[in-house]
Amino acid sequence: MNTLTIPTRREALAKRLRDVVDGPHVLSSPEELAPYECDGLAAYRIVPLLVVLPGSVEEIQAVLRICHEERVPVVARGAGTGLSGGALPHEQGVLLGLARLNRILAIDPDNACARVQPGVRNLAISEAARPHGLYYAPDPSSQIACTIGGNVAENAGGVHCLKYGLTVNNLLAVELVTIEGERITAGGSGLDGAGYDLLALITGSEGMLGIVTEITVKLLPIPQRAQVALAAFDAVETAGQAVADIVAAGILPAGLEMMDLPAIRAAEDFVHAGYPTDAAAILLCEVDGGNEEVSEDIAKVRQRLLDSGAQEVRTASDDTERARFWAGRKAAFPAVGRISPDYYCMDGTIPRKHLPRVLREIARYSTESGLRVANVFHAGDGNLHPLILYDANVPGELELAEQVGGKILELCVEVGGTITGEHGVGLEKINQMCAQFPPEELQMFHDIKAVFDQYGLLNPGKAIPTLNRCAEFGAMHVKAGDLRFPHLERF
Amino acid sequence: MTAHDAADAITAQVRDAYEDRRPLRIVGQDSKAFYGRPTTGEPLDLARHSGVIRYEPTELVITARAGTLVTELEQKLAEHGQMLAFEPPSFGGSATIGGAVASGLGGPRRPWGGAPRDLLLGATLLDGRGRRLRFGGEVMKNVAGYDVSRVLAGAMGTLGVLLDVSIKVLPAPAVERSLVLTMGRDRALHKMRELARQPAPLSAACHIEDRLYLRLSGNASSVAAWEKQIGGDGGAGGDFWQSLRNHALPFFAAERPLWRLSLAPALPRLDCEHEVVTDWAGAQRWVYTRCAPAELRNEVAKVGGHAILFRHGDNETPVFHPLDAVSERIHVGLKRRFDPAGILNPGRMYPTL
Repeated sequence: MNTLTIPTRREALAKRLRDVVDGPHVLSSPEELAPYECDGLAAYRIVPLLVVLPGSVEEIQAVLRICHEERVPVVARGAGTGLSGGALPHEQGVLLGLARLNRILAIDPDNACARVQPGVRNLAISEAARPHGLYYAPDPSSQIACTIGGNVAENAGGVHCLKYGLTVNNLLAVELVTIEGERITAGGSGLDGAGYDLLALITGSEGMLGIVTEITVKLLPIPQRAQVALAAFDAVETAGQAVADIVAAGILPAGLEMMDLPAIRAAEDFVHAGYPTDAAAILLCEVDGGNEEVSEDIAKVRQRLLDSGAQEVRTASDDTERARFWAGRKAAFPAVGRISPDYYCMDGTIPRKHLPRVLREIARYSTESGLRVANVFHAGDGNLHPLILYDANVPGELELAEQVGGKILELCVEVGGTITGEHGVGLEKINQMCAQFPPEELQMFHDIKAVFDQYGLLNPGKAIPTLNRCAEFGAMHVKAGDLRFPHLERF
Repeated sequence: MTAHDAADAITAQVRDAYEDRRPLRIVGQDSKAFYGRPTTGEPLDLARHSGVIRYEPTELVITARAGTLVTELEQKLAEHGQMLAFEPPSFGGSATIGGAVASGLGGPRRPWGGAPRDLLLGATLLDGRGRRLRFGGEVMKNVAGYDVSRVLAGAMGTLGVLLDVSIKVLPAPAVERSLVLTMGRDRALHKMRELARQPAPLSAACHIEDRLYLRLSGNASSVAAWEKQIGGDGGAGGDFWQSLRNHALPFFAAERPLWRLSLAPALPRLDCEHEVVTDWAGAQRWVYTRCAPAELRNEVAKVGGHAILFRHGDNETPVFHPLDAVSERIHVGLKRRFDPAGILNPGRMYPTL
């Protein structure tokens, strides 16, 4: 299909695209293209054929029509903070950067929603809604920088999913431009839309079905108050049981986080949050809501934690202390980055009851491989982030880390969980998709893709492995000092 | 409680029907037989495939076969202080959990507790070839692959036969209080929206015939504080919400076309809303109208909503809101991939699906 050399093809396509998008927003020189060669998964880098930065939905439609006609792959990109390589460019394709579409079109307090363009930052929505006493609930750790368009593509999570749900539970509608350049709306101005729930299908589809050009998100009332308890345990199993006990008591915490000893020590050395460094595990349990509700719930949480065998329970006396309790957890990733040249972050989800077994197995893999593993865990919703510590300069360690990571993800599937809870498959976990889904289900995914994109032009090679490509392997390798966007929180 | 695994028999029936290109009409308890377009076909009985497969209260997940009765599930959950947060309606009959998910309908708690699609974590389904596929799972967070199971919620059985479903359950509130305030519709709508913007423990808000009904759910101190702040009298017990959920209120007894409008909640009364129950704090409106169907739909579409002819339609008016050409093409494409022979509830939603 592409008999022309890349430079020739690049110039020919750039010329066509400059007819529909302002010249300066079609990037084609090597120095202009270089910044787009990777997203948050910096281990993979590909220079795209072109970068196009459209300024309107009409321009996006026009670009897609041309790409469709010329059978050019299109990869959408928001802020490029994704951790699974979902926005890794295609060398024969257009990287469609949506950052210029960054307007909040409407904050509608009466209907408790906001209509925004895809390039709006996640946190900017809550900031704009705050004067009305409202906020947007999903809070992926990179929320200061990541865009809502990327959140929709990945069905992003955060630390509050147990109570407030994922992105898919907090959307009312999206406008999608198909690869043919046509616009549709999925969802509606009410709580549901006509026909099949295409909104659910599009959310989390990793840019494989269309380009999301406008998003209506649900806004929630800002809770009057939040309060957090910090509990220390002498065994991981006891901490796991405490989580179950809190849930059994009818409490739905806003956040419920666990860290094991290696993670506690790394975090404490880094930010001095006051964590007990002799505990086998700590739990952070936050409740939010009305004043009375929070007072009642935090007392209940405290009692439950003690009854469940916590050695110590502290409750934050004010917002400053609350922030300090959270600081260690939020700094866990960079803290681990300080104690190891490299680390490899996993994102499996497991039924919570299997936590002791999964952590035991991970410890065994760690002993066998000689690689240290620190675990941070969104305990409320079962989303586990083991961080495998390794040194890429030691021959064979990277491969070893990948092997351990693969075994951990396969273990997650084996106990009834999933290979990715919130980071997405992208390129990174495309191999493990084969462990999670049998061929018939993978084929159904391809069939769905074909309904939207018969030539496979949208983000080719991502999210869903071809049946005969199931052996490929990839991973998130974070090189110390080479972590993309080191200033962003990662948890 | 009855538990019976009929998956193999059901699978065999779908496979045979696929071979012979024979349409199937998927039936649980048939409590929602009135809903959707008429579909003919050999009955595919899901009621025989019943029972809870797994329930661990501390995981907040229950997995049950499609034919399990909603009442059985709710009873089992209540034993552990938990609930189905979407309050599926059964319209006076007994309903199955498969039908509740497939119809996608939520009760009064829906704006706060979520719709079936929000709480559905995974499903095993049979596609139109009789292949057994599993999407999603039993965990809260799962972003591997397209979210196929959620698309099945509300697809009225036209994309697949749900064999079992995994549903996120929530702790039942410690205390529930119902309040009634006497006020007209416009003021009530304003009040509902005002409350929806505050961190009030609201779990239902419905206006009917000059009365605003509110339900507060939460812990004792929170409910008491808000009850005091809102005022009104505690006149409506649980019966009102059950009657609303199952359309047992006198309003729903009329044998005239009943419309369900889904639209931006704060919108003032539309011209075509002649008699109306305003539920979901304004987002769901049950309407009898003197307008022609096209006129009503036009008015609703203009404000970004959609209208379903819920009950007592004629055979000509489309039941579900017509789709634009591009969306229709996608719908037809999906239907062909899931059900190439067009044997699963053909025409129940749209003539082409």
